[in-house]
Amino acid sequence: MTTTLKPATAARAAGHQPGPLALALRQGRLELTQFLRSRESVVFTMGFPVVMILIFAAVFDGEIAPGVSYPQYFITGMIATGLMTVSFQNLGIWIPIERDRGVLKRYRGTPMPKWVYFAGKVIMVVVVGVIETALLLAVSVAVFDLQLPGAATKWLTFGWVSVLGITACTLCGIAVSSLARTSRSGSAVVTPIALVLQFISGVFFVFTELPSWMQQTAALFPLKWMCQGLRSVFLPETFAGQEPGGSYELGRVALVLAAWCVIGLLLCLGTFRWTTRRDG
Amino acid sequence: MDNELAIVARGLRKAYGKNVAVAGVDLEVRRGEVFALLGPNGAGKTTTVEILEGYRRRDAGEVSVLGSDPATPAADWRNRIGIVLQGVGEFDELSVSELVHHFAGFYADADDPEKVIARVGLAGKARARTHTLSGGQKRRLDVALGIIGRPELLFLDEPTTGFDPEARREFWQLIRDLAAVGTTIVLTTHYLDEAEALADRVGVIAGGRLIEVAAPEHLGNRQQAHATVSWRTPEGRTESTESATPTELVTELAARFDGEVPGLTVTRPTLEDIYLQMIGHR
Repeated sequence: MTTTLKPATAARAAGHQPGPLALALRQGRLELTQFLRSRESVVFTMGFPVVMILIFAAVFDGEIAPGVSYPQYFITGMIATGLMTVSFQNLGIWIPIERDRGVLKRYRGTPMPKWVYFAGKVIMVVVVGVIETALLLAVSVAVFDLQLPGAATKWLTFGWVSVLGITACTLCGIAVSSLARTSRSGSAVVTPIALVLQFISGVFFVFTELPSWMQQTAALFPLKWMCQGLRSVFLPETFAGQEPGGSYELGRVALVLAAWCVIGLLLCLGTFRWTTRRDG
Repeated sequence: MDNELAIVARGLRKAYGKNVAVAGVDLEVRRGEVFALLGPNGAGKTTTVEILEGYRRRDAGEVSVLGSDPATPAADWRNRIGIVLQGVGEFDELSVSELVHHFAGFYADADDPEKVIARVGLAGKARARTHTLSGGQKRRLDVALGIIGRPELLFLDEPTTGFDPEARREFWQLIRDLAAVGTTIVLTTHYLDEAEALADRVGVIAGGRLIEVAAPEHLGNRQQAHATVSWRTPEGRTESTESATPTELVTELAARFDGEVPGLTVTRPTLEDIYLQMIGHR
């Protein structure tokens, strides 16, 4: 190798590759730029939960329990749905498109470590998730006097439930992206999963009014636990008695969401494909 | 590992189910040479190249590319390799400049992105979003992303498809410049004139096997092939004769016509003629 006369080889020793953190941040910025420039994804991903809460607030007037208005209840489901949309649906739809276009194949041909691609997606999802949630809360406070939590511990719970939830959904979104055979089938795979989970997890209905078999099914998946964790943040302690378990069960929320993070990670590692099937 | 060889493959095999795509290819590419792989569609060209690039796993055989097995490459192996794939990897929402800068960040010793953009002839389009580029311009961007890491070994899969003749000439010059600084280049192409213009050696793949490797002028014993001499007879017919000694024949004709021979041509089989003969005889 030392026998080559190439200037590039001689200079190589002096070269430096960006460190892991810098690589991840650059990739995150690229992903975010692509997302924000795609107007449809900005409007639909960011706007969907806001539109939904406005509709719900207009349709359901009144109180679920003393001191608990309908919008105050449904905001929890909308935040959870929003987080799931930017992570699970967004990635489950976009990654197959990138795979089909050969974007992933192109990355694989560079020295970029594989994990950097996922890190970039995570950064994009987290930034968009934060913006979207802030927007949702701002609109809700302005339009129907949403009561924001006061205590610091509530905000802390809000934080960890959101982080665990969005992590689990991101990993599951990456995992599910490998099910789509072509760029067009991504949304066909992801949309029904998301919709069914939303219906059975207490996003559109008061959870305890659902049939118990439906509640039990929902309890196997992360969305139900995200909603429940968020209810502990936005609803009073007195409402906890109306939960299926008689309390907000924050320990179990953490456990189930963490379990889904592990399951999602294992699925990603085991099934992720960088090329389309016909590509071998 | 022989330091003089950039690529060594022995008994390379790959099957997809019952369909054997590569049936025992032996290949050596020397450092610093431009090697062209020719072959009809489905002959095993792309599969062979993608195994060398580390995209596909082989079923059998030994492979060494820049001293590494592409299936389990050394840590900095991808730093030393550039790949230009066929029409792959569209990033619609980004500009040419953003994309080339981003990819430069993946390499330990990347070239200056602005220089590379100028070099592939996209300086005027640096700020344009990639989806606004024409087919040929997208191809140039592919090439820019392939060479941004200053590779020691560059793979080009049908690089000039969709280029107009002028763009092809410019591209050929770019390849010659890269070769001049010692870059090893492996290209697949359908254009025989491209192989002839660029390649030090040409390998012909057909039916999953490498059926011949030679310098373009020697392929299929081309240098020994008879020349065809044609001229017009005084009656106005065109006469052709194959000859191993065309000069002698032309001298004789000149004497017969007492000077200028009407409609005289002397031709040898083109690389295309030889190639079609080779793959047709299988």
